[in-house]
Amino acid sequence: MRSRAGTAPGDRVYRIHWVPGTDTLRGICHCGAERLAEDPIELWEWLLAHPQGHQGLTVPVPGPPRRLAMRE
Amino acid sequence: MAFARNQWYVAAYGSEVGRDLLARTVLGEPLVLYRTGAGKAVALADRCVHRRFPLSESRLDGDTIVCGYHGFTYDPTGACVFVPGQQRIPRTARVVSFPVVEQDSFIWVWIGDLDRADPATIPRAPWLADPRYAVVRGMAPLNARYGLLVDNLLDLSHETYLHGGYIGTPEVANTPITTEVDEDRGIVYVSRHMDDAECPPFYARSTGIQGRITRWQDIEYHPPCLYLLHSRIAPQGVHPPAEGEDSEAFHAEIVYAITPSTEHTTYDFWAVARDFAIDDESVSEYLHHSNHTVVMQDVTALNILEQVIATEPDRYQELSINIDTGGLAARRLLARMVESGTVGATR
Repeated sequence: MRSRAGTAPGDRVYRIHWVPGTDTLRGICHCGAERLAEDPIELWEWLLAHPQGHQGLTVPVPGPPRRLAMRE
Repeated sequence: MAFARNQWYVAAYGSEVGRDLLARTVLGEPLVLYRTGAGKAVALADRCVHRRFPLSESRLDGDTIVCGYHGFTYDPTGACVFVPGQQRIPRTARVVSFPVVEQDSFIWVWIGDLDRADPATIPRAPWLADPRYAVVRGMAPLNARYGLLVDNLLDLSHETYLHGGYIGTPEVANTPITTEVDEDRGIVYVSRHMDDAECPPFYARSTGIQGRITRWQDIEYHPPCLYLLHSRIAPQGVHPPAEGEDSEAFHAEIVYAITPSTEHTTYDFWAVARDFAIDDESVSEYLHHSNHTVVMQDVTALNILEQVIATEPDRYQELSINIDTGGLAARRLLARMVESGTVGATR
């Protein structure tokens, strides 16, 4: 994303996508490493630990959608 | 709660600052604001150095403030230029003059280290002073810590529950978000794109759209103070063209300035700038009334929340879920700014 107020993007952008139809979050580091999680705190911790534990990590597209709300 | 001191904060709208003295407290610092005869906005410490009388309770004489208690007189730089009954003005007779920048209809002030005040770092909200937009605005004092308003604005799923009948519809809470943190620029982005959504009254009445809509919410938070919500409303299925103007859609730029007043109070500056019906005063009146209502719903909820938090033990364990991804990112950037005093500092 780019700021509409005119700010150019920086080199270090962390992204978390909530995978549609699931409860899963996909974290993407600026280094290209990716990880799936269901806890945003855990996922931010992993992203911000860059480069620790990020080497060569990519993940497959998650499976079929689950119910929107689920008790575990 | 600590503040990020070396940052710019909105103290007032430019329209609030004139030839009357205005009192505001920012980051616990009492300020008096006024405008010189030449039109320049000034922010001085709001306490006479003599016996601490508030200068905001005093009077202007030209560009100087004459203390209403004993007559100590201060110029716009904060220097004392007159004391009663004697010729010698003590060397320490001076109040702090805080750096001020008037931009995008806001009066920004800098409370931190004076040598670090760089106006180029103030984030922009250009729609608020753009004749192609019609703007409604207001300010609501909040009896709650500023972090609660940041949490509130970074997670708009609450619209469905707290603002139903105004801006909330079921799709807001049910639509997944994308969150980005630009670590170098210190900006948090949260996007929620609803392809097929109910049109809430706020937009149905202001745009005239009947039926379902494609509704995009793109948040851009420039901590600590400026929050932008780019709201795009279009008839369902209408997306921006690959090139050219997005003329089939209605755009509202919703701007908040979140300014800590004290540890437990906050100034909630809010504005809605729109690029449609800009000459229709009835739309302005409706949007002002509706958004004020929405803001006051937040104020009521956050004031309650502040009382709850203030009376509970420290380190109460919250529960965070997917909707909180953006709010968690904002909290981290704010904590880093409190710690270091800068955005984008190398970790």
